[in-house]
Amino acid sequence: MRKRFVGIAAVAAALVLALGLLAGCGSSGSSSAASASGSASASASESASASGSAVYRTLDDIKASGKIVIGVFSDKHPFGYVDEGGEYAGYDVELANRLAEDLGVEVEFVSTEAANRVEYLETGKVDVILANFTVTEERAQKVDFCDPYMNVALGVVSHDDNVITDLSQIGDGEVIVITGTTAETYLTENNPEIKLKKFETYANAKTAFENKEGVAWANDNTEVIAFANSAKGFTVGIEELGSLDTIAPAVSKGNTELLQWINEDMEKLGAEKFFHAAYEKTLLDVYGADYEDTLVVEPGQAK
Amino acid sequence: MELLGLDVLFKGSNAMRLLQGLGVAVEISIISVVISLVLGMLFGIFMTWKNPVARVISRIYLEIVRIMPQLVLLFIVFFGATRALGLNVSAELSSIIVFSFWGVGEMGDLVRGSLESIPVHQYESAAALGMTKGQIYYHVVIPQAVRRLIPMSINLVTRMIKTTSLILMIGVVEVMKVGQQIIEANRMVSPNAVFGIYGTILLLYFLVCWPISMLARHLEKKWSN
Repeated sequence: MRKRFVGIAAVAAALVLALGLLAGCGSSGSSSAASASGSASASASESASASGSAVYRTLDDIKASGKIVIGVFSDKHPFGYVDEGGEYAGYDVELANRLAEDLGVEVEFVSTEAANRVEYLETGKVDVILANFTVTEERAQKVDFCDPYMNVALGVVSHDDNVITDLSQIGDGEVIVITGTTAETYLTENNPEIKLKKFETYANAKTAFENKEGVAWANDNTEVIAFANSAKGFTVGIEELGSLDTIAPAVSKGNTELLQWINEDMEKLGAEKFFHAAYEKTLLDVYGADYEDTLVVEPGQAK
Repeated sequence: MELLGLDVLFKGSNAMRLLQGLGVAVEISIISVVISLVLGMLFGIFMTWKNPVARVISRIYLEIVRIMPQLVLLFIVFFGATRALGLNVSAELSSIIVFSFWGVGEMGDLVRGSLESIPVHQYESAAALGMTKGQIYYHVVIPQAVRRLIPMSINLVTRMIKTTSLILMIGVVEVMKVGQQIIEANRMVSPNAVFGIYGTILLLYFLVCWPISMLARHLEKKWSN
């Protein structure tokens, strides 16, 4: 009995290992740019270390290698994600693909996390970060931002029967926030009189708000808009609160040549309304047509 | 199916992608485990040396392995090496280096423990029989030490396989990352996919690790008497 059990276990192990290995080899064998493989980062800094002190690759290096390495999110729908066919897609990815096309090179995607985006640029492991990167002073000291292509701000969503269009309407009510978000920091600093009801996770905050705990919910405007569009009975009364931030591509500190090229290219794209088209292709389903002009920035076009 | 969000698994090539991700995790673990076993044995023998310099070196190495979280080590090798030394190490290679570094340290300590668990009188008796140092190790010490070693080292192997879930932080798209990608891409259409996909990943890790720990238990039983 015991022997047979072990035998079954061994066969199961062999099967799973074989399947996994086969699949693994299959993926590393294909050189498709969008194979969602992490090995991509290798090429970006090979020439960087060869060229001496600079960590980044110049525009000429990129052209010569025939490949631009771009760091994107692979799990932030609808900005950067991988679809069921295993291809990168999303609003950021649209721009990444277009930049590569205009540069006449292939694009190689590297899956980045929110916490390591700056590090990837500082070590030259990617040429560009296009991962919903909000422009902040602190980050601008470490990386160089190009022109913005999107706006972000805080937003406040409330129940349809008591739409909050101004913070003064809150009165004695409580505002739901998620701990650690910009919304929490902003309200604590600027409106200390407002009572906050804090939740650790998005899911808890959402459930509480749906159950009418709190009169309003403050979060990034993209988040509250997406929420109001997906559920009935809620309205985003305040679309933009606090300082208006922007999202922009970023390159390694000092890589001015690449920065200028991206800015020039994005200006051309702005003239042809590329970002509105990208919005309609990727973000429309989530945010709806009403917020298109709130969120999209066409570089070079005065707002 | 709908309730657990398992339908998402069968969309497009999602299931295949998960298996590919598992392949990446298993590949990195196997390579690291092999390196850890081989070098760990040597390091373990080194650790039993009475030489004070050898003791200090192995002590420091082992403490670093134990104190540093694997994630920190991954960041040091992947980003730090590029920053400080201009060396570019790919994410996969960084993972293998870190896992081997960790494995060699822990494995070495296990080997040291097993070797030292062999009573001194056995060395002395063997020497009294006229055996050379090599013969003593080959015929007396190693056969016994290996028996004590195998269950513990297999435990280390399964821990290493599970810890590969950290390497997504340096951009390696392994099974956890693929899972997160699938869940996020379907956040709006099937919010329950989080259960189905993480459940599937749980099952995959289990299917890889369980037979290995069964083997450990089997060997333990077989050799205990």
